[in-house]
Amino acid sequence: MSVLIARRLARCVVLFLVSLVLSYALASTALDPRAYFEDRRPPPPTRVVDAELARLGMDDRAPLPVRFAHWADGAVHGDLGRTIDGESVRAEFGRRIGVSVRLLLVGTLAGTAVGTLAGVWSAVRRGGFGDRALAGFSFAVLCVPTFVLALLLKTGALAVNRAAGTGVVKYTGEHTPGLQGDWSVHLRDTAAHLALPALCVALAAIALYSRYQRAATLDVLGADHLRTARAKGLTPGRALLRHGLRISLVPMTVFFSFGVLTLVTGAVFTERVFGWPGMGSWLIDSVEKGDVNSVVAVNGFAAAVVLLAGLVADVLHALLDPRVRQP
Amino acid sequence: MSTGPAARGPAAPVLQVRGLTVAFGAGRRRPAVPVVRGVDLVLRRGEVLGLVGESGAGKSLTALSLLGLAPPGAQVGGSVRLLGEEVLGRPERELAALRGSRIAMVFQDPLHAFTPVLRVGDQIAEALRIHERPRPRRETALRRAVELLDFVGVPQPSRAARALPHQLSGGMLQRAMIAMAVANRPAVLVADEPTSALDVTVQAQVLEALAAARRETGAALLLVTHDLGVVAGAADRVAVLYAGRVVETGPAEGVLCRPRMPYTLGLVGSVPRLDTRTPPTPVPGTAPAPGTIGPGCPFAARCPLAEPECRAAEPPLTGVDSLSRAGTSAPDAHTAACRRIPEVRRWSAADLFGRPPADTPELDVTGTEPPAHPSTTPGAAPAGPWQRATGAFAHAGSPNTAGGTAEGTVPGAGSVGEVVLSVSGLGRSYRLPGFRQRRAPVVRAVEYVDLEVRRGQTLALVGESGAGKSTTLREIASLAAPQAGRVEVLGQDTALLSRRAARELRTAVQLVPQDPASSLDPRMPVGDIVAEPLHAARVPPAVVAARVPRLLTQVGLRPVDADGYPHEFSGGQRQRVAIARALAVGPALLLLDEPVSALDVSVQAGILDLLLRLKRALGPAYLLVSHDLAVVRQLADRVSVMYAGRTVETGGVAEVFGRPRHPYTRALLSAVPLPDPVAERSRRRIVLPAGPGPGPRAVSGCAFRARCPVQALLPAAERRRCAEETPRARSAGEAAGHTVSCHFPHR
Repeated sequence: MSVLIARRLARCVVLFLVSLVLSYALASTALDPRAYFEDRRPPPPTRVVDAELARLGMDDRAPLPVRFAHWADGAVHGDLGRTIDGESVRAEFGRRIGVSVRLLLVGTLAGTAVGTLAGVWSAVRRGGFGDRALAGFSFAVLCVPTFVLALLLKTGALAVNRAAGTGVVKYTGEHTPGLQGDWSVHLRDTAAHLALPALCVALAAIALYSRYQRAATLDVLGADHLRTARAKGLTPGRALLRHGLRISLVPMTVFFSFGVLTLVTGAVFTERVFGWPGMGSWLIDSVEKGDVNSVVAVNGFAAAVVLLAGLVADVLHALLDPRVRQP
Repeated sequence: MSTGPAARGPAAPVLQVRGLTVAFGAGRRRPAVPVVRGVDLVLRRGEVLGLVGESGAGKSLTALSLLGLAPPGAQVGGSVRLLGEEVLGRPERELAALRGSRIAMVFQDPLHAFTPVLRVGDQIAEALRIHERPRPRRETALRRAVELLDFVGVPQPSRAARALPHQLSGGMLQRAMIAMAVANRPAVLVADEPTSALDVTVQAQVLEALAAARRETGAALLLVTHDLGVVAGAADRVAVLYAGRVVETGPAEGVLCRPRMPYTLGLVGSVPRLDTRTPPTPVPGTAPAPGTIGPGCPFAARCPLAEPECRAAEPPLTGVDSLSRAGTSAPDAHTAACRRIPEVRRWSAADLFGRPPADTPELDVTGTEPPAHPSTTPGAAPAGPWQRATGAFAHAGSPNTAGGTAEGTVPGAGSVGEVVLSVSGLGRSYRLPGFRQRRAPVVRAVEYVDLEVRRGQTLALVGESGAGKSTTLREIASLAAPQAGRVEVLGQDTALLSRRAARELRTAVQLVPQDPASSLDPRMPVGDIVAEPLHAARVPPAVVAARVPRLLTQVGLRPVDADGYPHEFSGGQRQRVAIARALAVGPALLLLDEPVSALDVSVQAGILDLLLRLKRALGPAYLLVSHDLAVVRQLADRVSVMYAGRTVETGGVAEVFGRPRHPYTRALLSAVPLPDPVAERSRRRIVLPAGPGPGPRAVSGCAFRARCPVQALLPAAERRRCAEETPRARSAGEAAGHTVSCHFPHR
């Protein structure tokens, strides 16, 4: 088991480094930081712009490998460079990562758990009203882009608040600025702000995973060993729980590692719509400004999340299916 | 008869089934299609009832319905009384309490019947923990599971209990399944095809375990199987199921030795026998599909004795002997659902189902079984269509074997015909996937195989699964250089072939695969399937167009069938298509990979008959791989027994089967059950210990020595020879070409 994890971890590190190189190359060629300075009113002299770009390590006259070597040298020593506005990328990264991780973690966990249960429930009641309703819901959510879904949720929250007359549902920011009180007040405030964006991330996950889990469960429902379990004297529900669920979760681990990618992408828009200062909104801001170093940092974060999800999926697979460990 | 709990005597029924019906797919507009149509069964304490029938007869569905395990959508009607209490219609929770404790089931395919991610011991222990009150502790239950495994004869039971299902062999798993079923000492045991996925040697062990478990617990057994040999050895009584009804029932000896329903007669007659070389008689036609069963006897369309009245109403079960006619309801009575019982007595299967006389002209290869065309409804088939078709087909010539070889084959004699295939010292090994290349364990699938097949001859490769039969066949079919040894086809060494020569030689070697359902492209018309090898051999289209209808007629199909798609044909007809495809290019050697193992016996006999006729008419050589020794007996001239990748005995079928020399051959032959209760019960079996699991084998000495009953009795000095010296093939005495690879062969 530990050998398996070590081997996968080594592979993850290699992939992570490759993705950093590629995203640096892509960001440096696609983005135009010079335009950000030249668009200032009044336009600064070219000499000043050149000097500023050189200081940030984004000088487009220097060859790409040289720029990358410079950046990588800093990155190895823990310096991720400067944002286009001269701030430390590392400091900004530290401020924002907690916000994003909180949203992604709560949204993904809730979405995966609810989606899996809904999928099992739907498969057991296949053809029934609940199954068809869940299918309709899932397809609707999967069809709607994340930002539309986020806006719809926000509109709904507004309507609820108007009806209730107070701000029951929080829909902007990740905490109330200037709130006074002890840690429990802050915790409650943060949770209230988290609810709606996390729901937005979770809904997409529920829609996706419930479909997968439904199919996986249907496969297991027809399996011989489930019939054996019933012939032993287990009721259908218990048989499915003890002998079916674990096997139906095995293919889900693979879907999970793919699904996280979609969720990360979706979270970018969710953060934007709900005004969360997380990685996603940083990415959008940075792309607009042509801020190469920030974009690379966010890409690194996304790559790490996806690779870690893959690692978690592999470990879960090995835990669920002992045949992986004992061929 | 009272069925209350008070009536539980030694002869009281523990299970009584009356008018059991199972129907599927009642929609808003469609009526339900009945699959099981009124089955009556009685099972008394400690008794074994064999439920036999062919695929689609409703055997498994009947068995599952007894436990309330019919698939979703099935509507079950009638009455099932277990220990006097009605089972049908009870809520799921009450049924669950009965299952596993009062009535338990042994399923067909043990590898899939166990949950793959849980340890075998835990799964057996669970059965105990579900029913026993007070609930035993986990450790206690696990210890009992190990005892149960030991009881059913699983070697190293505590290790087996810790293993995952895929780490055990099929035979061990099936015994574990039996242990699980009898864990709570049920009154009724239902076994659904318990041995049909297993080798014969393993089958004998599993049947022995089943009998021991039954003796110990006193459970009654409902043995569902298509294998009449299994039934003959194990069952007290037999019920024959056809088209969802019991058509004949009674004591095993009566039903199997003196069948009175024409279908049973045909079924018994179509089973190939190991003890004699009597060609099995095919039963023409196929069973009616559920939903197409008319008002009359469902077998009338295939029955040579059918009268108009037979088609009017379905006959009830009637007493066969004048003695039991009075009490046809007694479970022991021999009854049959036929209007013409007295006449059936006068017929043998061969006479009734119109076996053509033995002196059939060599070139007449028209099948004895004209196909019921897919669109033909069974009820409309004419009576007696199997009488030999007139309009004789007389163009059996094929491009390579022009005119067909007229010479007959003399079984066993090694002097006829040119050598078509010669294999010497063939070896093939694989590296297991999932490892770094250098560390991967090597599996030597084939170690050292010598074969020789002459024109017009059939050589059969037999042995347990994993012996390397299929690998050998694949190596020959590949026409590529083997890893070790030499393969010569028509005198040409396959290692030295140019691409062009290999392509030309490919028409000489053709393959008939095991499962016709998966080997025929479902989206290709049959005519195109048969024409494809011809196109590949660049035969002009005009010639192809002329040859396809001829090929179809040759295998007993009709030229119009060329437009049909594979799914429109029955299993036997699909296998005929596969044979036509293999014959298309006029091969000198036909590789038959388990050609009939996927087919029902009554259909199987037709294919065996066809293969024999084609060989007589066209004269190709056959290399047959089969695990069914009775099939080999009917089809082969010579037989080559393989064990662990090596040829251990070769010779004429009559010599090897009549006087087997190698201890493994003797054990293999002794494990085959005979479909005759009298012969079967007096037969002496050599039960071998379980075979080695998959993985690397012993390098030196005889690979069979760990299981060898002869070696176990030898003095130590001689036993060392078995361990150190690999036995070489040597002549086994009088008969020419009979060789054996054993230091101490049987005399």
